[in-house]
Amino acid sequence: MKALVPVKRVLDYNVKPRIKADGTGVDLSNVKMSMNPFDEIAVEEAIRLKEKGVVTEIVAVSIGEAKAQETLRTALAMGADRAILVTAEGTVEPLAVAKILKGIVAEESPELVILGKQAIDDDNNQTGQMLAGLLGWAQGTFASKVEAADGEVRVTREVDGGLETDLLKLPAIITTDLRLNEPRYASLPNIMKAKSKPLANKTPADYGVDTAPRISIVKVTEPSKRQAGSKVADVDELVTKLAALGIAKS
Amino acid sequence: MKCLVLVEHDGKTVRDATLSAVTAASKLGQVDLLVAGEGVGPVAEAAAKIAGAGTVYVADDAAYAHQLAENIAPLAVELMGEHDAFVCPATTNGKNIAPRVAALLDVMQVSDVLSIEGPDTFTRPIYAGNAIATVKTSDPKLVLTVRGTAFEKAAAEGGSGQVQPAQSTGDKGLSRFENAEIAQNARPELTSAKIIVSGGRALQNSENFHSLIEPLADKLGAAVGASRAAVDAGYVPNDYQVGQTGKIVAPDVYIAVGISGAIQHLAGMKDSKIIVAINKDADAPIFQVADIGLVGDLFKVVPELTEKL
Ligand SMILES: Cc1cc2nc3c(=O)[nH]c(=O)nc-3n(C[C@H](O)[C@H](O)[C@H](O)COP(=O)(O)OP(=O)(O)OC[C@H]3O[C@@H](n4cnc5c(N)ncnc54)[C@H](O)[C@@H]3O)c2cc1C
Ligand SMILES: Nc1ncnc2c1ncn2[C@@H]1O[C@H](COP(=O)(O)O)[C@@H](O)[C@H]1O
Repeated sequence: MKALVPVKRVLDYNVKPRIKADGTGVDLSNVKMSMNPFDEIAVEEAIRLKEKGVVTEIVAVSIGEAKAQETLRTALAMGADRAILVTAEGTVEPLAVAKILKGIVAEESPELVILGKQAIDDDNNQTGQMLAGLLGWAQGTFASKVEAADGEVRVTREVDGGLETDLLKLPAIITTDLRLNEPRYASLPNIMKAKSKPLANKTPADYGVDTAPRISIVKVTEPSKRQAGSKVADVDELVTKLAALGIAKS
Repeated sequence: MKCLVLVEHDGKTVRDATLSAVTAASKLGQVDLLVAGEGVGPVAEAAAKIAGAGTVYVADDAAYAHQLAENIAPLAVELMGEHDAFVCPATTNGKNIAPRVAALLDVMQVSDVLSIEGPDTFTRPIYAGNAIATVKTSDPKLVLTVRGTAFEKAAAEGGSGQVQPAQSTGDKGLSRFENAEIAQNARPELTSAKIIVSGGRALQNSENFHSLIEPLADKLGAAVGASRAAVDAGYVPNDYQVGQTGKIVAPDVYIAVGISGAIQHLAGMKDSKIIVAINKDADAPIFQVADIGLVGDLFKVVPELTEKL
């Protein structure tokens, strides 16, 4: 079966975001951008399913500015077979991303779409569920284990109380949680090979999708800062302080 | 505005996260509630007692027994014909269901709402809470997930909602629940605990975690949390994780033991009233947000603290 893996280019998770002075957003000029960490896990999972003979072809997709091509090359270097870049300026919201992905699904007919559970820039956690809704497919969100099971896929999900396992009819949507796997690094030869793997260029119009945002940003501000307090010298002093808070008897 | 709040429950009782969502919805307008499940009569009765409850729609069907999004979303969409806003707690259950409903209604969801600034304007965290965005939606209907720690809980008693059956939309046959490993925990629940003791990678193994963190938590009647590093290393199960991608907590007192204070961890606990940090590295970033810091070796300090409390 074919697997489609949407990957987003985001501010690298190690970089502390800087808010623009005019309060319109986070400054993304001259900062390190990387593949969304959950999407690396999605690519890795697709590769593992291919190594197990469950998946036969992996198609990576990214929607965003032209530079998202770098993110797709990373996916190709990890082991995706080919890529589709849907070029769009500005913010493309999860609903529009899901509609574009629906168009790609119609063309590609994958049996699995593996997405990250959330993009760590906008922290929306929506796209996979929306795509599943638009397609009328089963959804296995926040996956920590994925197993092929005779026309179905068994997904163990990280839920608030612990773990839940569901069986999904194929085709299905999966969104990845952090413990699903540990993504591989691309080797140098694979990075070289990725340069010649096919990458198709598309636009949202090719799928008839209007990407005009439904949500506008009024402003972006710093969260209220915490002041560092004081250090105590020893456990006795800590106990006294805790007692003053009414939670311990000294 | 007519809001429909998804009631989160365990089949018997209403979960606290629902109460915060009710408070958020009440700032927008009328609050109706949706109880979906199997044999959920008692849940519906409890939901009707929540202060401010209007109509309590009860969809009692085996199709809803395990809260499968594939079955609950169409039900919510039906009821949204007569409502203007669908409001869910930002729990894993709410996050699983709400976006599917939003897509079916062709609206953008506003995730993890922190405050309601107007009928179409909200604040929400982005970049792991390193920035707060004020956003305005132009969609005709609202779909919101609401951060529990950002809204007071509505009173669980005193309301007089009217329970009304809702027509089942049936089993879509797309997915099946197989099993769940839900941690049985005698301790307070993380997201509503007054005191939390959390342990990090420094605990080194599961035995140390249990023999050092748990007695301290027991002394304080606290819930137990962990950093991702501690969860990944298998010291504790995944539902202990606090942070950007784990649980968001805001207790009166948060005690971080052997946790460095990575931004992804801080994202989940920096709204705690008082933060106490124990770390052997005086320069650990956790001290930049801690009200009370103790520089020391946890293997020495924690037993002494537990003893002296
Ligand atoms: C996409 C993404 C999402 C993430 N989400 C989360 C999340 O939700 N929650 C989360 O917690 N992390 C999350 N992380 C991971 C995060 O970046 C950190 O790696 C993690 O929080 C580190 O955990 P830690 O503080 O326990 O370990 P470390 O960073 O290794 O810190 C251990 C600390 O213990 C101290 N120490 C060591 N020995 C002792 C001793 N004997 N006594 C006292 N102190 C000692 C050290 O000085 C150090 O400060 C995420 C990462 C990514 C990429
Ligand atoms: N612009 C995009 N291009 C490709 N994939 C995306 C894009 N936006 C979101 N996704 C996918 O959807 C997941 C969830 O994103 P979100 O709903 O924005 O938090 C991500 O982890 C990606 O797999």
